[in-house]
Parts: sequence; C-alpha cells; structure tokens
Amino acid sequence: MNWHSIATVYAKELKDLLRDKRTVRSMIIIPTLVMPALTFGIGKIAAGVFSKARAETPVVMVLSDGASPGVMAQLEQDKKLRLVPARDDWKQQISDKKLRAAVQLPENFEAGLKAGAAPAVTIYHYEGELKSGFAVNELEAFFRDLSARTARARLAEHGLPETLVRPFETRRENVAAPEKVGGNALGGIVPYMIIILCFMGAVYPALDLTAGEKERGTMETLLCSPVARVDIVLGKFLMVLTSSLAAMVLSLISMSVSAVAAGSVLGGARMAGAARAAAGAGALPTIDPAGVLGVLAMVLPVAVLFSAAIFTVALFAKSFKEAQTYVQPMVFIVILPAVIGMLPGIDLNARLALVPILNLSLVCKEMLSGVWHWNYIALIFGSTCVYAAAALALAVRMFNREDVLFRV
Amino acid sequence: MIEARHLTKTFRDKKRGEIRAVDDVSFRVQPGQIYGLLGANGAGKTTTLRVLATLLQPTGGTAVIAGHDIVREPEKVRANVGFLAASTALYGRLTAREMIAYFGRLNRLPEAEIRVRIKRLADELDMHEFLDRRCEKFSTGMKQKTSIARTLIHDPAVMIFDEPTLGLDVMTARAIVRFVRDCRTRGKTVIYSTHLMGEVEKLCDIVGIIHDGRLHAEGSPAALIARTGEADMEDAFVQIVGAKEPA
Repeated sequence: MNWHSIATVYAKELKDLLRDKRTVRSMIIIPTLVMPALTFGIGKIAAGVFSKARAETPVVMVLSDGASPGVMAQLEQDKKLRLVPARDDWKQQISDKKLRAAVQLPENFEAGLKAGAAPAVTIYHYEGELKSGFAVNELEAFFRDLSARTARARLAEHGLPETLVRPFETRRENVAAPEKVGGNALGGIVPYMIIILCFMGAVYPALDLTAGEKERGTMETLLCSPVARVDIVLGKFLMVLTSSLAAMVLSLISMSVSAVAAGSVLGGARMAGAARAAAGAGALPTIDPAGVLGVLAMVLPVAVLFSAAIFTVALFAKSFKEAQTYVQPMVFIVILPAVIGMLPGIDLNARLALVPILNLSLVCKEMLSGVWHWNYIALIFGSTCVYAAAALALAVRMFNREDVLFRV
Repeated sequence: MIEARHLTKTFRDKKRGEIRAVDDVSFRVQPGQIYGLLGANGAGKTTTLRVLATLLQPTGGTAVIAGHDIVREPEKVRANVGFLAASTALYGRLTAREMIAYFGRLNRLPEAEIRVRIKRLADELDMHEFLDRRCEKFSTGMKQKTSIARTLIHDPAVMIFDEPTLGLDVMTARAIVRFVRDCRTRGKTVIYSTHLMGEVEKLCDIVGIIHDGRLHAEGSPAALIARTGEADMEDAFVQIVGAKEPA
C-alpha cells in the first residue's frame, strides 16, 4: 500500500467529480439549496392551508325538533360557529364539503336536561377532512361547556359542591431536559435520514468511478500505470466515502438550518408538536450535542460499509446504466432495517446489535435521547467495523479479478 | 527488451468452455526494433499485449520486459512500459495537461520534472494550443496526441501499441505511424499489433503472424513474403494462416 499513490488517485477523482455537473447537482446543490427550498415551500403551503382553514368560521347545521330554543339560541350566539337552516340533504352537503358538520339534538333535549336525563347529542362530520374536523372541535367544545354548566346547575340545585363530580384536577409537567425531549421526538427520523443520505451520497460516485470508467475506457488507461490495484481501489473508495459523508453532512446542516428558519418564519407551525413537547409552545426541539457527535461517530463505519458495498456491486457492471440496475435493489435492503429501527417498541438488544443498519438506527435513537448503553455501542461499532472491513476487502478482491474488470 | 516465453492465456466461458486466447507464444524484441503482431480480429493480439502490459495475468509461461518478470514484478513492468490502445481513453473532465500530469504522478515523478516533461512533449507533439482544454472537447487527433504524451511522460523503455490507428482518419493515422518510428529512432523496444498489412510493411522490422492464439510464423516482412513465394504481405499472411475467404 502506497499512500502517495492513494492520495494521487483520490485527488484526481475529487477534481474529476467536482467538475461533473451531475455530481455537483446531486451532492451539493440539491442537499444545500433544494432541500431548504422544499422545506420552506412545503412548510409555507401547509401553514397557509392550515391558517386559512382555521380562520374560516365553520358552517354547521342543527337537526332539532324545535323543542330546544335555549340551546339553539346559545349556538347561534357562538361566534365560532355559523348556523344554517336545517335541510334534508345535510348528509350530501357534508360530503360535498358545503357543510362542515351537523349536530343532532335528541327529542325534547332541553326538557330532558332539566329533568335530569342524559340524552345523547350526535355530531355528523366528514372523517379526515380538515375543516370538518375544526367544526367538530368547536361543536364538542360548545357541548362540553354546556354539559359542565348543566352539571354545576344540578349540583347547585341540591346544594352540593362542584368537587363532588370533579374531586381533583390533573396537570402535566415535563421534567426532562429539552435536548432529551427533542432527541426522543427526532430520534426516530434522524438516524433514518442519516442512513438514507449516507447511502444516496455514495451511489453516484461509486457508479461513476467503476462502471462509468469501464464504459468510458479510462479504467484500462488507469490500469496501465504502475500503481498497485489495491491503491487504486483505496483512492477511489476514499472518494466515494467522502461523497457519502459530504452529502450526509451537507443535507443535515441545510435541513437543520431550514427547519429552524422555517420554524421562526412560519411560526413553528410544522414543528409545533415537537416544539411544545420540548420546551413549551414556540420553542424548537433541541438535540444533545454529545448525541449528535455519537451518531456521527457511529455513522462512519456504516458509510465505509455502504461505500465499499456499492463500489463492489457496481464494479461488476459494464456500463453506468447496468450498474444502476444492480444498485437499485440495494436501496430496499438499506431502507427496510432503517424503517424498522424507527418503529416504536423495538428496543436494542445483543442480537439486534449485530444486525447492520438496524443496529445503527436503534443505537442512534438511544444516543439522541441521552441513553448511552456503552456495551451495545461498542458491540455495534465493532461489528460494523468488521462488516465494513469485509466489504472493503471484497472490493479489493473483486478489483483484482480479470473477469470483473475486463467483463465483455 | 521484450522476451515472451511460452506465453499462454486461457479464459473460461460458460457456453464455450475453455478458450485458449494465447497459446504457447514466444518471441523476442530488441531495443530499437519494431515487432509487428499481425493477425485477424480475435486472433489473440489484444490478449497477448494485455498480458505483456500486465493488465491480464498469463495462465502459463511468462515474459520479461526491461528486465522485469511480468508475473513476479507487474508494477515494475508497468513503470517501464507505455501502453497505447484504441481502448485506452482519456478522462474527459481533465485538461490534457492534467491528464498527462496525473500519469506522471502515478509514475512517481517529481512535480518539477513533470512540468519540464509536459513542456517538452507539448513542443514535440505541437499540443500547446489545446494543452489546457478539457479532453472531452477534443478532436480525434488531439486525443491521440494527448494519449501519446500520456504514454511517454515516464519515458518508458518499452512501447506497446494495440491497433493504435483503429478508426482514425488518414492524417491522424500517419501521425501515429510517424510517432512509432520516432520511438524506434530513440532506441525504444516497440511491439505493435495490427491487422493492416500496409502498416506492417511500412513499420515493422520483424513480424509475428498470430492466428487462433498461436504464433504461426516470424520474420521480416520481406523474408515472410519470400518464404511463401507470394507477391505481397497480404497474400503471404493468407497463405501462412491457411485462411479461407468468407463466402
């Protein structure tokens, strides 16, 4: 192994790839510019749709026998609802989204309330429709309030305290540090993103530096040089690894920046759930920096594994297109364990710690939540290093095979 | 010097079984000589030259090039060989200067030496006009000149040409032929494969006629013509390989 030769091959491949418009587009422009633009664009559209739907006073219809004028009057006075006269085609109107919801008051509803009965009020709506959902929320809030007022009135009639039906209150208070809450909220998606980005970042250069070179006829030119084949493999492999890590890091930075920017610009609409969970309304979730560093350290051998594996597979192809057909199925092999790792309820154990990709996904989730199982971390790092070394050794072995390099 | 000793190369094919692409081939080329490897398509020329350039490993036999064994010291062999073939392309996104410098570095030449040699090669091959342009935009002639400069940057003692004029226009092919002659003048050992009889007669000091992987005859073009009693090299070749013209 000669480091001068490896560095020479690496430097040339870096220069060559950076001059390739397709590489620059897929490695730099898309992750750094298109991803934030998409985040902003989708966020802005989603926030716009959401606030427009919220601003609209829902049109509702009350289906009543006319014997509850008091409740009808209160509903009419509710500024958050717009009542329309009852019509027989109310179901069709809800389906056509002309009417957001309808509420069925039982017969003699008011009289029943006064008599101490428990009549059921039915709300009809369009399941899954955003504006219909808002109408249901408003109607439920109205009837909850009516129910509470009725209960208080009944208790007062009998001279009983309100605490008879509500003996105590409950309230929730978060004691976990914001970075732990943030890690827990984002712990599933971040490792998934890292794994996919790492893989995708390695694909194009791995194909270009192997099958692409064979197709263009430059592989034979390179093999004429006195450089040992192991040095050529290592120089090219390091370029693929660089691309894999660069695409991942650039994507993560741009996504983080755009998420923070989108959060502040759009009022945190899309991140609201995680933000509130993290540190109260309005704040964005934070992640423990130690967790992030841990994740990046764990990703290294996986990036080596991906780079070497794609490099080896692509080496068999005669052309770039053929290599693409070989590498495409690998995407599913990578995505499946990454998705399984995102699922709730799947916890790290000694057996899963040996399953590549899945182990990374699980341990990253833990590290981002501030949980450090050092035994598992060592086992995962060690086993992934072994897999990565094996993949790299296989790449070198394949590069030395004439039937692979000169396949016709 | 090139000395091939019982060189054999077999391939395994799922359908056709074992194929002997090169079968017990032996020959010797001295410095200042051009050895022409003459054969039809599929005769085993490219495989022989790829084995000599250590791109492929021989299945049997060996060869010694510039004092180094191709099996035991392939890297030292490559450091002493310039290999030019129709299949050895240029990196399109590099300039001619970068392409030549890259191979200078791969041959472990110092940067200052690379600069001096590129200047000299650019002078000799009249490359200054396009030296700093990317190879992807080159005409065939510019590509050939850059490839020649690439093979010469480390000043190898042995030059291997595998059908270098294949698909080239007349003027570019003539430039290549002139360059091959220059190599002989400089005392380099040259092996040149072709299926064009005219090139053989113009260029080669010794010709080896290869057919079905075997070396059928060897000698100067004049000697081969005289031995067969034919009028020219083409007829001599046909008689030696015993080929029948396709119907």
